[in-house]
Amino acid sequence: MTESTMKAPKKALRPVKWMRENLFSGWFNTVLTLGVAYMLVTSVGPLLNWFFLDANFVGADASDCTGAGACWLFISQRLNFFIYGFYPDELQWRVDAMFLLLAIAFVPQFIERFPGRKWLGLFGIFGLPVVGYFLIPGGSFGLEQVQSSKWGGLMLTLILAYIGIVASLPIGILLALGRRSEMPIIRGICVVFIEVWRAVPLITVLFMASVMLPLFLPEGVNFEKLARALIGITLWQSAYMAEVIRGGLQAIPRGQYEAADALGLGYWRKTGLVILPQALKMVIPGIVNTFISLFKDTTLVLIIGLFDILGTVQSTVTDPAWQNVAIEGYVFVAFCFWVFCFGISRYSQNLERKLDTGHKT
Amino acid sequence: MGNPMTDQTQTSDVQAQPQGQSEAKPGIIRVEGMHKWYGDFHVLKDLNLNVAQGERIVICGPSGSGKSTFIRCINRLEEHQQGKIIVDDVELTDDVRQIDTVRREVGMVFQHFNLFPHLTVLENCCLSPIWVRKTPRKEAEATAMEYLERVKIPEQADKYPGQLSGGQQQRVAIARALCMKPKIMLFDEPTSALDPEMIKEVLDVMIELAGSGMTMLCVTHEMGFAKTVADRVIFMDGGEIVEQAPPHEFFTNPQEARTQKFLQQILAH
Repeated sequence: MTESTMKAPKKALRPVKWMRENLFSGWFNTVLTLGVAYMLVTSVGPLLNWFFLDANFVGADASDCTGAGACWLFISQRLNFFIYGFYPDELQWRVDAMFLLLAIAFVPQFIERFPGRKWLGLFGIFGLPVVGYFLIPGGSFGLEQVQSSKWGGLMLTLILAYIGIVASLPIGILLALGRRSEMPIIRGICVVFIEVWRAVPLITVLFMASVMLPLFLPEGVNFEKLARALIGITLWQSAYMAEVIRGGLQAIPRGQYEAADALGLGYWRKTGLVILPQALKMVIPGIVNTFISLFKDTTLVLIIGLFDILGTVQSTVTDPAWQNVAIEGYVFVAFCFWVFCFGISRYSQNLERKLDTGHKT
Repeated sequence: MGNPMTDQTQTSDVQAQPQGQSEAKPGIIRVEGMHKWYGDFHVLKDLNLNVAQGERIVICGPSGSGKSTFIRCINRLEEHQQGKIIVDDVELTDDVRQIDTVRREVGMVFQHFNLFPHLTVLENCCLSPIWVRKTPRKEAEATAMEYLERVKIPEQADKYPGQLSGGQQQRVAIARALCMKPKIMLFDEPTSALDPEMIKEVLDVMIELAGSGMTMLCVTHEMGFAKTVADRVIFMDGGEIVEQAPPHEFFTNPQEARTQKFLQQILAH
């Protein structure tokens, strides 16, 4: 055998041959191909026209929009409101600073070999909420106070999603571990917590947080509405997170637990060094899925009177000064959500690839 | 681990042993009248065993005889319900601290290796020394390399377990257990999951280890290994210790009918 000289046959890419085999292999496929091609041609053109060619990008107010295409003017004119809500103009640098820090912490995560990338990530997770806690509301370090009722737009969406995500993961991990605990009381508490919160729609949780919670609190104790919503979202989300993580914990073979036990690691080191790293890695797709769905679920805060990005856009769409701009507004909101969710998704795929250490035992 | 508690009631227990082993001093492992049940099923029945420091014991028996369960009781991977197990002067009870003390001194090698797939070979070996023994990382890595050298795979230190063959993985598993510098090594069918051509490389490591004076308890079907290194062969059947004897006696002149039948079956093929 001359195995060293034999090469695997190359797969040649021949477009014409490929098309003949796949698109025009019979009369039925040919009709389908032509039909789809016709639909693409007739729909893509008008869409492009509406989005770009006939659209209005410059001008000062609604009268500059011709109405032939999209009125992107509406977005650019009201962008400030969509991003910051009612946050005072002269203090918006504080929010900008947070956006900048967010970018500094997470953009390098996409770049392999960026120096100190791990530390930036850790800062993003643990440091950023602390900085934000002082910077955004103000009231200390000589910063002017801004009531949370003035926060809104994209900024509010990001705050809700970020806190929800960062806080629900550790709580979820503890709940998942608790649910698998051998101690009946701990297990019972965790099961009840998870089953109660997971069975309630987020909308109900938000209503309860904003309307009912104050009834139970003693006179004078008053959380801000935003804080109550955040607590509600976090607890609700951690119940979901717990179940996703439990799936990973259950997928770890018994032998891993036994090997860690036999080495005398003890419960917490066994869990932290052997079990969780493997379990979390296994359920990254599930975790990211819940992150993304939480990110979008934050729009529900609209019903308790918080103006997230969807809320600000929706309230502006009904503004008499602007006519027929609803589509533009919602397209803009959809695009904003897509950018962030797609970013999260790409990052998770990055992470999965990086953490892959080959065959499972 | 200098544990001051020593049990002076040893003599009476020696007499209780059916096979009448003549241990003069209390062994490093003492099992006294131990029973275990899985639910209503009586898996281990009145086991008594005294293992001297440096003794090499092979446990064999048909499948389902409880031999794996027995050695898993010795580091409390399985719980016993009656009787006593005393390892290195520490009795195994529900006390988690005592269990961890014992586990630090007892290394275990599993049938399915159970290496940690998310850590490299070197990290597998250093994990417990660093986190449990609080050995400085540099020192732990040096020790790990020493043991990897001893099991003849230092060049694989930076690979992940998934990249190694079964025989290599099992040798890493042995090195990982040795890195804790245990006083006792337990082997639970270490070659049963291996392809035939890899069994020898693992047995060679075990034979070398046996030569170094390590106390070893080994559940295995490798009768050649038993003949070469064992000080004592124990035959278990139906959850009981049926017979125990030095290997040449065990193989040439088994006393019990069940032992004879078992030996015929495994040596005949």
